[in-house]
Amino acid sequence: MKKTIEPFWWGLFGAGGTCAAFFIPVLLFLNGLAIPLGWIQPPAFEHMFNLVTHPLTRLFLFVVISLSFFHWAHRFRFTLYDGLQLKHLNQLIAVLTYGSAIVGTLIAAFTLWNI
Amino acid sequence: MEETVNRNPLYTKYHPKWYRARIPIFWWVHKVPHIRFIARELTSVAVALYACILLFQISAVADGPEAYLRFLAWLKTPFSVLLHAVAFLFVLFHSITWFNLAPKALVVSLGNKPVPPAAIVALNYAAWVILSLGISWILLK
Repeated sequence: MKKTIEPFWWGLFGAGGTCAAFFIPVLLFLNGLAIPLGWIQPPAFEHMFNLVTHPLTRLFLFVVISLSFFHWAHRFRFTLYDGLQLKHLNQLIAVLTYGSAIVGTLIAAFTLWNI
Repeated sequence: MEETVNRNPLYTKYHPKWYRARIPIFWWVHKVPHIRFIARELTSVAVALYACILLFQISAVADGPEAYLRFLAWLKTPFSVLLHAVAFLFVLFHSITWFNLAPKALVVSLGNKPVPPAAIVALNYAAWVILSLGISWILLK
């Protein structure tokens, strides 16, 4: 049973890792550092609102956020196995990590759908 | 014999047949490559954390101008700046290690010649630069 679903999680991990590698650094740098530190003017509310309500932006944000969660889930699961030597908590860790990613995906879908 | 060894991969607290040495939790702090390995694995925490922050930003924008301004004010707090600075180092480390490993995951051939690994890495970095500029332009125009 477990053996058949493992490539599925690994696929999400890979897709998420690629998305995160391409898109998270620039988003984090602009929103979290360059704008708050005053190096760049913050975008006006109108511009942000138009951007976030655009269907393509919503789809993009949903894909990046959801896949990032699944990337984290898979990698963090094995960090706990290998780093903290928690192999005996195998199933509990899998449920908590992938479960969190699924909950995160649902919250992202709900948030982006209801703007 | 092999059957009995492999049949149950689940952990048991005590097994009379063989001895397994206990590995300490911080086994990885003594060698730089091991620390780098754990750091790379922990970049996923920064990735997930930023995905959460992005969701908060989206709902702040959805809630209207005041919520958006409140969110911008929160981003200016020393806690947020420090958090983002640390997370930024981790996500950069993720991107660099990810792109450098790309040729191992992606073996491409042109005609019947394999594309050299260095070219695949270079293409990834080029795409990274272009996509980052594109996102900056869309966000800040």
